[in-house]
Amino acid sequence: MAATLGARPAPGRGRARARHRLAVLGFMAPAIIGFVLFFGYPLVATVVFSFTKYDLINAPEFNGLDNYTFMFKDPLLIKAITNTLWFVVVLTIARTVFALGVASVIARLKSGVGLIRTLCYLPSLAPPVAATLVFFMVMRPNGGPLDSVLGWFGLDSPLWFSDPGWAKPGITAIMLWISGDLMIIILAAILDVPQEQYEAAELDGAGPIRRWWHVTLPTISPVLLFGVVNSVILALQLFTQAVVAGSAGSGAADATGSTKYLGFPDNSTLTFPVYLYTQGFRYFDMGYAAAMATVLFIISFAVTIVLVQRMRKNSSAEEGGPGA
Amino acid sequence: MRKHTRAALLCVAAALTLTACAAGKGGGSSTDGAAAAPGKDDKLTLTVWSNYSDREYEEVTKALKTFNKKFPNIEIKHEGSQDDDKITAGIRSGNTPDVALSFTTDNIGQFCSSGAFQALKPYIDRDKVDLNQISPAVREYTEYKGNRCAMPMLTDVYAMYYNKDMMSAAGVTNPPKTMDELYDAATKLTKKAPNGDIEVAGYLPTMGFYANRPTILAPSYDAAWETADGKSALASSPGWTEMMKFQKKLVDFYGYDALERFRAGLGQEYSADHAFHQGKIAIMMDGEYRTAFLKAQAPQIKFGTAPFPTLKADQYGTAFTTGTIMGIPKGAKNPGAAWELIKHLSFDTDTIVDLANGIKNVPSTKAAMESSKLEVDEQFKTFIDLAKSNKLKGNPVTPIGDAHIKAVTDFSVSYQSGKVPDLQAGLKEVDKNIDDQIAKSGK
Repeated sequence: MAATLGARPAPGRGRARARHRLAVLGFMAPAIIGFVLFFGYPLVATVVFSFTKYDLINAPEFNGLDNYTFMFKDPLLIKAITNTLWFVVVLTIARTVFALGVASVIARLKSGVGLIRTLCYLPSLAPPVAATLVFFMVMRPNGGPLDSVLGWFGLDSPLWFSDPGWAKPGITAIMLWISGDLMIIILAAILDVPQEQYEAAELDGAGPIRRWWHVTLPTISPVLLFGVVNSVILALQLFTQAVVAGSAGSGAADATGSTKYLGFPDNSTLTFPVYLYTQGFRYFDMGYAAAMATVLFIISFAVTIVLVQRMRKNSSAEEGGPGA
Repeated sequence: MRKHTRAALLCVAAALTLTACAAGKGGGSSTDGAAAAPGKDDKLTLTVWSNYSDREYEEVTKALKTFNKKFPNIEIKHEGSQDDDKITAGIRSGNTPDVALSFTTDNIGQFCSSGAFQALKPYIDRDKVDLNQISPAVREYTEYKGNRCAMPMLTDVYAMYYNKDMMSAAGVTNPPKTMDELYDAATKLTKKAPNGDIEVAGYLPTMGFYANRPTILAPSYDAAWETADGKSALASSPGWTEMMKFQKKLVDFYGYDALERFRAGLGQEYSADHAFHQGKIAIMMDGEYRTAFLKAQAPQIKFGTAPFPTLKADQYGTAFTTGTIMGIPKGAKNPGAAWELIKHLSFDTDTIVDLANGIKNVPSTKAAMESSKLEVDEQFKTFIDLAKSNKLKGNPVTPIGDAHIKAVTDFSVSYQSGKVPDLQAGLKEVDKNIDDQIAKSGK
């Protein structure tokens, strides 16, 4: 073994290795080309545009850090960041907990599992615009179905998409309704927990809650962390539901162009991506929109890195066991 | 490490090159001069993009086909449901229509200043087109800083709609003409339940709701958008302060919370569930197209129309106007033929009148408004009379899309909700934000 360490590989083996590498590269080429064209190039282009004045029609003109410095005197940007941070915190927690709760209940059902699982998953297949409009109609005050139900108990429905204080919770409710995709993933993880672990815990005298807390939760924690990362990204990119809910709230869901009132009510639904779109495509300032997109990318990237590192740490701690 | 640096530099250089290439796309025909009109034997297809759909799409297609009487050799391909985002994307990608129809006059500043729509002056000069056939306000919203890059295809004129039955039941004998009269009428027409809930609102003052947009309301208060030196004039033009105060006074009459609860339950603007169709509001501002909606969707509503009340009596009869605009996008393959089509749609009286009758819009030329073929009933006459007057005011044209309109709407909503302690200071702040945004655009 030692004798071969310093020896040069035989020319035949070198050629074979090169051929192997080429073959691997050939198989990977479609993915690499796709990545470069549809992720790498747009990303670099966005960063480049962020240092330019660009109206979408004429060639961009370099304007240094103007777009970034303007961010500090743009009152709507602060509002958009605040709204998005609200969604990152509230929506992430609510969506993960909700999907976990529904999945945990379904996992314990003895009959009708298939039907209930399908019913819980179905809303996530609805087109976002249609889903939001349906939800808007259901939650509409003064005669909407939810308002009528609340009326039976002598309660008034909140002004979901008309009151700045309720608009974000309203959108969060829509997002929970369509969180069936995450629920299915968590359900699969719960069903994948080895049965022996439950049996061992039961022998040790653990009840259902302690079994769920000490067996289910630790075992599915990597999937939950995936759910958290997925929800954070979803919250950072929240667009369609915010635009449709805001427009419907302002009575202009069926209007076109600039008669749509984005951010209604009182800019409470003006998320970072909605404002980015507004700057780029309604105010024709793609340079500023690109600067905003760059900031959003850096924040998303940083949050994802932190969460993934946390996930890896958790996984290695689990693999190593106590004291590892 | 050095290898990595070199690779990274190469990547950035490649990206910059690609970016420059992509950004430079969309060029095409020259805008220096007018392209020649097509010959009688030239076979070509003109592509027209518009945002029309359903019945209106059919009517516009019919109008486009009338062009074949002059040019039977030109085939017209009309693609509907194309908004401004798609037009811009088409120009950038080189997949441009020959004629683009846009509903969004807020974008004319961008279209003209960026060259997205080609300059029409060479064509107008060459063909000695008399633009005086079109009213000054309509001419204003189809050009930017003297650069005419679009022509109007019909117009929308805004006025007051009132429910006749509700008015007579409340003892309001005449449509209000001033804001004071409007306030009195609104309070008389409002019906509240014993628990304070609003059942019918005389007039809904909420900014941003239905046609309560600052652009549409500004003429009634003589509120100017710009100072003489081109700065935002919200704080310096007294009309804005008066508008905000009037709206706030009405909001306070209803009670903000009660008003918001009432408003939140109203139907969407272009649905049959519209509050005026449902008899939930008695007076409103809207465009002439609402006459057709009301007749089709709410024939039981007996309504009248009149100029919207104004702050001062001598301003009565003023109105806001906007409309569909037509332009030749940068990179259009047949600009000469495109201009002929635009000219036809802009000035052929029979075509304009038929289209106006079809989609219930106001014709954009004086000749078409005088045509005996134009279907004018009692309600529609108000809009024709306003369009013929010299008191029309057009859409404010800026290079920042509707950023200024959103800024005023946002502020007004905050003010109505009682969140703004100092109205003048707030308006000055909005002025500054609008000026900053325009300065950033560099146009």
